[in-house]
Amino acid sequence: MSEERKKLVEVTGLKKYFPVKGNLFEKKYVQAVESVSLSIYKGETLGLVGESGCGKTTLGRTIIRLYEPTDGRIVYDGTPIYDKKEKISVRMLPYRRKMQIIFQDPSGSLDPRMTVGEIIGESLDIHKLTSSKAERTDRIRQLLEEVGLNTEHANRFPHEFSGGQQQRVGIARALAVEPEFIVCDEPISALDVSIQSQVVNMLEDLQASKGLTYLFIAHDVSVVRHISDRIGVMYLGCLVELAESYELCSHPIHPYTQTLLSAVPLPDPEKNKTRTRLLLEGDIPSPINPPTGCRFHTRCPYAMPRCKEEMPELKEYAPGHFGACHLLEQNGSHNTSTSHNNKEDKE
Amino acid sequence: MASYILKRVVGSILILLLIMVVTFFLMNAVPGSPFLTEKSTPEQIALANAKYGLDKPKYVQLWNYIKNYCKGDLGVSLKMQEGTPVKDIIFHQGKFELSIKLGIYALLLAIIVGIPLGCLAAYFRGSWLDGLLRVVTTIGVAIPGFVLAALLLIVFSVKLNIFPTRSENLPNFKSYVLPVISLASYYTCYIAKLMRTSMLDAINQDYIRTARAKGVKTGSIILKHALRNSLIPVVTYLGPVTAGIITGSFVIESTFSIPGLGKYFVQSVTSRDYPVIMATTVVLSALVIVMMLVVDIVYKIVDPRITLTAKED
Repeated sequence: MSEERKKLVEVTGLKKYFPVKGNLFEKKYVQAVESVSLSIYKGETLGLVGESGCGKTTLGRTIIRLYEPTDGRIVYDGTPIYDKKEKISVRMLPYRRKMQIIFQDPSGSLDPRMTVGEIIGESLDIHKLTSSKAERTDRIRQLLEEVGLNTEHANRFPHEFSGGQQQRVGIARALAVEPEFIVCDEPISALDVSIQSQVVNMLEDLQASKGLTYLFIAHDVSVVRHISDRIGVMYLGCLVELAESYELCSHPIHPYTQTLLSAVPLPDPEKNKTRTRLLLEGDIPSPINPPTGCRFHTRCPYAMPRCKEEMPELKEYAPGHFGACHLLEQNGSHNTSTSHNNKEDKE
Repeated sequence: MASYILKRVVGSILILLLIMVVTFFLMNAVPGSPFLTEKSTPEQIALANAKYGLDKPKYVQLWNYIKNYCKGDLGVSLKMQEGTPVKDIIFHQGKFELSIKLGIYALLLAIIVGIPLGCLAAYFRGSWLDGLLRVVTTIGVAIPGFVLAALLLIVFSVKLNIFPTRSENLPNFKSYVLPVISLASYYTCYIAKLMRTSMLDAINQDYIRTARAKGVKTGSIILKHALRNSLIPVVTYLGPVTAGIITGSFVIESTFSIPGLGKYFVQSVTSRDYPVIMATTVVLSALVIVMMLVVDIVYKIVDPRITLTAKED
């Protein structure tokens, strides 16, 4: 699908480990992101889903290098900005103009000591985007208007706003530097349901008018399905499946994605009651001591001996549809998917 | 803001009145009399009591205190400097000035050293520097000021002979060093610990990540975003610290033979010099109350989320 489209962000073998307290003899790490490779095309929205603690947020933050990667390679718009092997680690300041992030917690992400005008203005000052004071004030007003806030709000402090308004300030702040790529790190999960759709629609409108590229992180599959062109599914630090939204939701090929989708509530209560839900047994394993081989094998209903030993690679099984599962390799893509579905029906 | 300050001033006057009442009954509850010596006869004591109005009923005495204090008259010393107005003893013999000077220098030292130490420990969390600072600050908090004072005296005055043993009227810089360090050490270490915790808390907040995403330099992130936000617990602590440093200096004053108010206060209690006890208590209380008010106003400046007046619902 994508040959003619331009890759804006390309991530290869990205790893992020956080040190935790080990004992005297060995250092222990939380393996938050384990060898993730993916590309984000210009102008698209790539959704990222997975349960909490699966490393989606870490991945998003590591891509824009708010966290220093442990290993791997990040290429932005053709230029490598990080490469462990080639020892490339560029100065991020110019890229901070191009890549921005919207955080999950709207109130926590705004400095409580600064007015909204100062918060937005700081970005303008760092990148020297305005030449005069008047221009700066105008730009702040313009940004506030763009996100649907009153221009007089510039002199207020974050705590004087509601959650939805705070998130709008966060978006205005991210937009201040006119970025190309924005990591939306669960931007609506802290908001009231009635506000969520407003913010999602605004993000979509902004994308259309400014040609933005989003990495949209969320745990709510229905929201991600709505906003994303493609969706990636993460489990315990690994990317297990990646496909176009419709394709992924209609033909999930990875057992984990199938369970995840079966947990999405249906709008029709009758159907919701009668459908069979796939349930996983056990808890999500600790990312400090992740299972060997395929990280999902401890909970996978189709686990084979091979899954314990070998970590499956992410491979393309249908055009644009990637999956990381040994079962797929054995059976070929959609056969597996249908056979899973058959099993599901029988149960 | 003005109405808030006015409210607080009225409240402070009521608190001072309460302090006077409590102090009055407490000091009268202690047995003994300012005129009681080995040689004095009951007649002499009765005469002296009559002279200073101590024979009158207690409530009349209390009323006289309150009445005179409202007029700005703090009475005269009964014993220690018999007949000298207490106001002169406190304000015009350099005692107040001496204690305040010592207190302010110690306070400044605690702030100027404690806050950066806490920031350093937080920034280099888990490093050898953090470990070292943790050990030092824990020791500093554990050692009482008078023990440290004695230690410093032995090492720096007696053995090395760098600083004077008696600081008297604090004539030069050298004479300040040891008393100020002894007085400030506990508070410096405590502020450093407090600062470390609250700085660590601030560093892990999302707005620090926001600042990083904006491209703010690390130094500015610490100073502009993290420090300003982590100062609140320290500001809260500064109220009691100020009180503690100014009133608690009497032990240090005794150790270094500094004739300050703290030392005089203790002597006034042991010699039952009622007007002096009352006056020093009230003056020190007033000082603490003023500091509390200042802290509350500083609060508002440090954190715009804090409203001084009750919420206007």
